[in-house]
Amino acid sequence: MAEKNETKDKPRIGVFVCHCGSNIGGFVDVPSVAEYAKTLPDVVYATDNLYTCADDGLTAIREGIRKHNLNRVIVASCTPRTHAPLFQATCESAGLNKYLFTFVNIREHCSWVHMKEKDKATRKARDLIRMGVARARLLEAQEEAKVDVAATGLVIGGGVSGMTAALSLADMGFPVHLVEKEGELGGFVKNLNNLYVTEKSATETIKPLIEKVKAHKNIKLHLNSTMKSVEGFIGNYNVVIGTKGEEDTKAKIGTIIVATGALEFVPEGLYGYNQYPNVVTLTEFEILCKKKTLPKLKNVAFVQCVGSRGQNKSYCSRICCNVGIKNAINIVDNYENMLGLMEKAGTVVEKIPVEQKVPDEILDRRRRRRGRERGEEGEAEEAKLGPSEKIEVTVFNRDVMAYGVEHELTYNKSREKRVKFVRYTPEHLPRVYMEGNQLTVGYFHETLKLERTMPVDMVILATPLVAQPDAGELSQMLKVPLGQEGFFLEAHVKLRPVDFATDGIYVCGTCRGPSDITECVTQAAAAASRAAIPLSKGYVLAEAIASEVNTDLCVGCGICATLCPYSAITVERGPKGMKAVVIKAACKGCGACGAGCPEKAMTMLHYTDEQLIVEGLAGIKEVVL
Amino acid sequence: MAFEPRLVGFLCNWCSYAGADLAGVSRFQYPSNIRVIRVMCSGRIDPVLIIEALIQGADGVLIGGCHPGDCHYVNGNLQASYKIGLTEKILGLAGIDPQRVRLEWVSASEGQRFADLVRDFTGVLQKLGPSNAKDKMDGLTAIRKALSDFRLRALVSNELKIVEEGNVYGDKLAKEKLLDIVYHATKEEFERSMILLLAKNNNVSVKDLSKRMNVPADRVLGHIVVLRQKNLLSMDHPEGFTPTYKTIEVGGEQ
Ligand SMILES: Cc1cc2nc3c(=O)[nH]c(=O)nc-3n(C[C@H](O)[C@H](O)[C@H](O)COP(=O)(O)OP(=O)(O)OC[C@H]3O[C@@H](n4cnc5c(N)ncnc54)[C@H](O)[C@@H]3O)c2cc1C
Ligand code: SF4
Ligand code: SF4
Ligand code: FES
Repeated sequence: MAEKNETKDKPRIGVFVCHCGSNIGGFVDVPSVAEYAKTLPDVVYATDNLYTCADDGLTAIREGIRKHNLNRVIVASCTPRTHAPLFQATCESAGLNKYLFTFVNIREHCSWVHMKEKDKATRKARDLIRMGVARARLLEAQEEAKVDVAATGLVIGGGVSGMTAALSLADMGFPVHLVEKEGELGGFVKNLNNLYVTEKSATETIKPLIEKVKAHKNIKLHLNSTMKSVEGFIGNYNVVIGTKGEEDTKAKIGTIIVATGALEFVPEGLYGYNQYPNVVTLTEFEILCKKKTLPKLKNVAFVQCVGSRGQNKSYCSRICCNVGIKNAINIVDNYENMLGLMEKAGTVVEKIPVEQKVPDEILDRRRRRRGRERGEEGEAEEAKLGPSEKIEVTVFNRDVMAYGVEHELTYNKSREKRVKFVRYTPEHLPRVYMEGNQLTVGYFHETLKLERTMPVDMVILATPLVAQPDAGELSQMLKVPLGQEGFFLEAHVKLRPVDFATDGIYVCGTCRGPSDITECVTQAAAAASRAAIPLSKGYVLAEAIASEVNTDLCVGCGICATLCPYSAITVERGPKGMKAVVIKAACKGCGACGAGCPEKAMTMLHYTDEQLIVEGLAGIKEVVL
Repeated sequence: MAFEPRLVGFLCNWCSYAGADLAGVSRFQYPSNIRVIRVMCSGRIDPVLIIEALIQGADGVLIGGCHPGDCHYVNGNLQASYKIGLTEKILGLAGIDPQRVRLEWVSASEGQRFADLVRDFTGVLQKLGPSNAKDKMDGLTAIRKALSDFRLRALVSNELKIVEEGNVYGDKLAKEKLLDIVYHATKEEFERSMILLLAKNNNVSVKDLSKRMNVPADRVLGHIVVLRQKNLLSMDHPEGFTPTYKTIEVGGEQ
């Protein structure tokens, strides 16, 4: 209540002008600016400080508030983007509502950008403070309402990411709804043969995860299901989950994690895909390996970066180099294990590659030498490399992105196993065609500067992960953005990688961009811990910078509701008829509704039209309205 | 001494204000003419605020937002581009050079761009010279009035939606076509507001109006019919004389 009175009282403004050492003081006549501030209406106290953000500066603010009974505080110093929380907290500690604090930026926006014009910079600093005073006089105390949070999580997508996130939340003791579109858990990994950098089967690797999820008492699993609708805001989402052939489930949800994964780009029309029988994508190849239905091969070519990095898609898909290398090694090491149709005549292509056929003796010597160099017995090495004699593997690449510690080692291992890496440039893409009955790769040898050909039995195309085609729908439903390539876009690329800008919704896994399982699991654990913060706190503070409806002016047209990016407005029948109602906890204070309301019935608290107009006026003329 | 334009900048907190901060941190020097007002999003900028700044004497108004796709609030910058595009267009009707209003995208990492932008805009305003707003007060007031009109605001507000999602009938209009419709609606509204202003204190004839507004007489007459229907104009028609019109004062109307 005391705070409301502060607002109603005649403004008593205190202005603290900062030297910031010489950062401001060296380029702006700070004492004269402080003197000027004293002449402005309702300013009862003004001073300059060497460092306002240092202990004595903050003490000066607190004492100023007490001694001069200030009910508005202005600090003219650096940028609100870094220092507002500090000064606001200082005001609050002296009993002043933080919304009665005004920040004036005379460093980043003045002293640092007009370093050779002290007079002009000083004049500008004065103007900026006058603008601050004009604004401060109209400020009102605001309260941040506490809103209860339903302590239940929702995870969308039952791949590795979604399962990990759901388990983390469930282990923390929160009930979780896990919604998976398909009939079983596992996501994309279900297609895969083995997982780098282990040799373990993909199915075996994720089996324990799936079992844990299924058994967990806190996880309610919805298979063959999607989220049909969602409304509400952080802590209070009303979600409808639709399951094939069953009744809809309604759930009250506190926070939501999006983990809907990605798909493999289908290289339609590229490199003979869908044109020649043995041209497959990496995923298709893994499926063949997993099902042990590979035809017998002598000569295999991988083509990396198919459709990515500036071709169909702009980005690097991050995982494909390592997936390519993994499969190249698999072919060399385990090829016989994966063969299915070996005995079936007809499917076997028995041509020995003409090119670079090195005589066996020489090969043997090379191999033994490598073995000796590593202090191994020649014989042991021989045994290990056994099958490679029978198969040639070439990886056509733009450059190999085998980042980090393990991948570089794996890459080296593949080199040792005689996997060949041939570079191409975007100007000279390899071509896949039939030479008579022979599948052939034509390429430009960058070192020899010559066109070469290579007869092959199979071409494996490494295509990028691409966004789910229905990501747009989900993004609209949840009011969270997609980036240019259709992946979900986090709030901040460096500092908030698993948050959406919308509070209460988080993201992990390949739906936010290509990543491997290690990264997915890391992100999922991170997203779960972020999502758990409001759940365990039990409440959230609603942003006070929000819109407010003047029900006398509002005609209930609902235009504001369509403009709001967060569905924070509903139109409801009340005592005065149909009126807009703002859900404070969902409103983010962008102001779009206020700028668009045809009746000007929406006020943006803390950024009202009047506040912006007087601030502008004070910047144009030497007046404070 | 060179003319020092008064430039007001509305910058969104998340990108363009941060870009201006970075210009400072990087010590990129630029002319000191700009006075920045921080808002949460460029979508907050009601065109009326821009007109207000021009009426008050600003020589130029800069609105800074995040690049398309980067708005902290999903699509506030898109909403801004519609509203401010329209504002620029109708300024011409009032005889104010549209170059005085500028919407620009500046990201948090574009300190250099911000500095260049302010330098460039200040230069443009210097070339244009002091704002002629004082002589165009009637026009600006009419614009402010037009931009406050319910029908028009509703149309502008729905613009984005109609282009992106289609209207209630599911028709999607091409952006250009819709902009055209909105522009014409605005022009209409502007001309009617102008008539009401010119006929505020003394009776005027269609011919007078047509001449002073530089609008064909038949168009003026069309407006007059509408305004008469809305009971906003009175007519004086002494026998043998051309009819003249006068604005009916509504209580509280400015
Ligand atoms: C060829 C290939 C080989 C790979 N090899 C390896 C490897 O060796 N090692 C490694 O670490 N990584 C590898 N990966 C990467 C790995 O597959 C991914 O990192 C991982 O599958 C991503 O898990 P996820 O849970 O984020 O997404 P996904 O596995 O795609 O799971 C997403 C889940 O969400 C569901 N879903 C989608 N939309 C909805 C919706 N609207 N509602 C409900 N449910 C929905 C999907 O049905 C799916 O079950 C490989 C990828 C490819 C393409
Ligand atoms: S846009 Fe304005 S008048 Fe229409 S419902 Fe919203 S607040 Fe009411
Ligand atoms: S201020 Fe923005 S988030 Fe809040 S209700 Fe208005 S449009 Fe929605
Ligand atoms: S937040 Fe910058 S334009 Fe919306």
